[in-house]
Amino acid sequence: MTLQTTIDRVAPPRPARTGPVAGALRQLMRVGENWPAMIGLAIVVFWVLAAILAPLVSPYPPNANDMKALAYPFPSRAHWLGTDHLGRDILSRILWGARTVLLVAPIAVLGAAALGSLLGLMAGYYRGWIDGLISRVGDIVLSFPVIILYMIILAKFGSSALNIIVVITLTKAPIIARIVRGITLELRERDYVLAAKMRGESALYIMFCEILPNARGPLIVDFCLRLGYTTIIIGVLGFLGIGLPPPDPDWGGMVKDTYGMMSVWPHMSLFPCAAVSSLVIGFNLLAIGLREISLRD
Amino acid sequence: MTDSRGATENRARAPLLEFRQARISFMLRAGEANVIPGLSFSLGAGEALGLVGESGCGKSTVALATMRYLGRAGRVTSGSILFEGQDIARMSEDELRRIRGRRIAMVYQDPMSSLNPVKTIGKQLMEVPMIHEGADAAAARALAVRMLEEVKLPDAAGFMDRYPHQLSGGQQQRVVIAMALIARPSLLIMDEPTTGLDVTVEAAVLDLVRELRQRHNSAILFISHNLGTVVRVCDRIGVMYAGEMVEQGTIRQVFANPRHPYTRGLLDCLPTLGRDKHGSPLATIPGQVGSPLSRPPGCSFARRCGSAEEGRCTTAPIPIRPVPGEAGHEAQCVRMAELEAWLRKDGQAGAVPDGAETAPLVEIAGLRKTYRQTHGLFGDTGKTVKALNDVDMFAEAGRTLAIVGESGCGKSTLAKIMSGLVTASEGTARIGPDQIAATAIDQRPQALKRKLQMVFQNPDSTLNPSHSVGYVIGRALRRLKGLGKRSAEDETRRLLDVVKLSGDFAGRKPHQLSGGQKQRVAIARALAGDPEVIIADEPVSALDVSVQAAIINLLNELQGERATTLLFISHDLAVVRYMADHVAVMYLGKVVEFGRAAEVFEPPFHPYTEALLSAAPVPDPDRQGERIILDGALPSATDLPPGCPFASRCPRKVGSICDTTPPPAQRLAHGHRIACHIEADELVSLQQGGAPERQREKHVRPHRAEEHIR
Repeated sequence: MTLQTTIDRVAPPRPARTGPVAGALRQLMRVGENWPAMIGLAIVVFWVLAAILAPLVSPYPPNANDMKALAYPFPSRAHWLGTDHLGRDILSRILWGARTVLLVAPIAVLGAAALGSLLGLMAGYYRGWIDGLISRVGDIVLSFPVIILYMIILAKFGSSALNIIVVITLTKAPIIARIVRGITLELRERDYVLAAKMRGESALYIMFCEILPNARGPLIVDFCLRLGYTTIIIGVLGFLGIGLPPPDPDWGGMVKDTYGMMSVWPHMSLFPCAAVSSLVIGFNLLAIGLREISLRD
Repeated sequence: MTDSRGATENRARAPLLEFRQARISFMLRAGEANVIPGLSFSLGAGEALGLVGESGCGKSTVALATMRYLGRAGRVTSGSILFEGQDIARMSEDELRRIRGRRIAMVYQDPMSSLNPVKTIGKQLMEVPMIHEGADAAAARALAVRMLEEVKLPDAAGFMDRYPHQLSGGQQQRVVIAMALIARPSLLIMDEPTTGLDVTVEAAVLDLVRELRQRHNSAILFISHNLGTVVRVCDRIGVMYAGEMVEQGTIRQVFANPRHPYTRGLLDCLPTLGRDKHGSPLATIPGQVGSPLSRPPGCSFARRCGSAEEGRCTTAPIPIRPVPGEAGHEAQCVRMAELEAWLRKDGQAGAVPDGAETAPLVEIAGLRKTYRQTHGLFGDTGKTVKALNDVDMFAEAGRTLAIVGESGCGKSTLAKIMSGLVTASEGTARIGPDQIAATAIDQRPQALKRKLQMVFQNPDSTLNPSHSVGYVIGRALRRLKGLGKRSAEDETRRLLDVVKLSGDFAGRKPHQLSGGQKQRVAIARALAGDPEVIIADEPVSALDVSVQAAIINLLNELQGERATTLLFISHDLAVVRYMADHVAVMYLGKVVEFGRAAEVFEPPFHPYTEALLSAAPVPDPDRQGERIILDGALPSATDLPPGCPFASRCPRKVGSICDTTPPPAQRLAHGHRIACHIEADELVSLQQGGAPERQREKHVRPHRAEEHIR
């Protein structure tokens, strides 16, 4: 017997609180005991609030030019984070920019998770030629350098929030499918799956009600990590000029417009960069924390 | 046989290992879990002490603390653990390193996790003397070969170049034992060393341990949940409950006169060979081991004890006191002197209810399952594995058919065919009018699925961790009986009551349940559609003996009430004897003996049944007879010998006829049949008279004697 099982055995029986509300509360309390999760959650909540409240709290309209500020674009009383080369308030643009990221990234990752889970479940559950087909197609998608793939697709179909979401969904789904397939291959051998078959459950029920719920731990962690990656990708797409069409604020686009002036006015690209980094760090800390919490179970 | 004289002599000297009021805790988020509240015991040089108790009683913690492998969370908070006079709890890491592996060696339950899969056996063995004693390679090699010979591996030199995965489980455990003994440790800790092994292999390993112990004079701390194995190896026994030593003494003292109610409980709940369900239900120990986070003020066993007295037992800590008149026998019970004398509950096979034989409900005939052996990516080696090879058996309606045999005998394949997970290659299996051998589970009509349900071995994988108990049972009711939501909820409550769980279990998730409770839920789930047949695949082998007894009683009760037919798969002969009406003994995909339980467990035995019976550990020091040790490993199922499958290991082999000619199925009374070349009458006289060697060649059936040469 290993030490871990010894500790598990001596652990007290958990209080038998029932109901979904109590369960969610308990989960939240556990997040509270875990500092990486707490900090990550705080950062993410900050940006979510910023995005929601942008119209109320941002001091200027995002695309308004303040010609007077052009003489001295550095941070000042009037413009806390300074203005860019066109005299637009950087703080306002960052707050408004949060909206695009926090809208596009979660939808894209959710789409990828949904598609990836479905494919992974089917590949792992049916195995055989279905697995072969899904896995090989996934391999092919993953073998392309993603940035070039994005450039080709977005150049062909045009750049819009919807297209970015579709592209990210399609390119990220194979990764998630691999994860889910691996978990499914293991879980399909469990006795409770056989018990479900013996009472005549359909394959869909077994995949979505018996197997998928037990893959949720790794999936939630992966979801947070992938939100971080996707934030970076959206930034990169903006930087490459195939993000959202101008003049709407977009963190990557803000860097692209101003990085040539780095030596003179570094703040113009540094602040949007900091915004991207903080959000990514927030998602990653949340993922680390959630992983620790899920390992404790 | 125990050597209590040697043990007492040893104890007069300074003990090799001594726990002095050692208090061990694990610091958890939930607080301090005081697993061992203050343990004192000693172990003399060359002595063997067995520690027994249910899981969660702190046995393994004692083993780990002796090596100070307590992890980051574990601490010896007070007291001391003296090894050769030095306190392990206060040693520096350097001092510990000099002791671990050299002075104290450890053998764990799973040999595969103790062996490095990428190094040969020889390299791993040679490392020990080379690291600990600076021996050169040649000397280390010689020593390693000698150790492999000592653990009785055939062709020791050949084993040196093999990798762990090329060895069977029993051979692996022998190698681990050789590795532990090669440094000539003065203390050997064995934590459930035979739990994962088959009974015949277990018997051989236990004999080996006993023999090596005498030769090497190592002391042994032997941890087991199985009282029978402790009896075979140890001089003294310590019974642990909730981290306390509640009783200790020599094997004879404790087994002849157990003074602690917990020890009595452990002994009583064993289905010792000879008892059966027609006699009395098994005794159980209600409840479970308490949490070490909060200890009751008095005796920690009081909550579960039938003899506990409010006040005397529950207010103040109970000291461990000597049992009057027995030197070295101590028990931690205030009512020790008042408890009545303990009588071993055995030999109570009840009368088999006469009722004429009912018609067979389940009938299996000529069943075969052949797998094509594949190798690597493209390989089809063209070889076939015969997992089942012409299997015949039947189960009467409302009775229990037990299928018994060691791993690899095909009993799990049989369960898979019955449950429809795989289909048979040939032959038939029917339940009532329905033929099922060739129908996979997906093709079976719902009405047939309803007739046949299953209870699984592993309580941790039998229930979906995401679903509540109520959902699991309710879903089964809705699917199998077509109940609506409301009536399924009522019926769930009723089913929970049937398996003796209270209604509020419906809201619990599996992680809030103990192993026994999980099995009860699994049984309730199986009962949901009122099945005619339940396949129970080793349903109690992962449980503690106290819980095992309760589940066995429950299954028997349910059978009595509902007339369910049970196909009970097990490797434990005592459990099979207790449960079964009919028994099928399987070996290498064949049924070697089949018949009514009472007849299978009486001579004439098939020689394999005889070997299994003699290998089963018996928790009684007075009944440790000579055992039949089976040599060699199970032959590979790819190239089965043309004759009797058991011939290569059979101690009663009569000659080459066994290798060349399949044995005839001798039919005796009541459908009892034995597949053996030796005639039943001769088997009886052999098995009652013993001495198989002398009488061998004589018993060849005369009319077959010419068939020797192929």
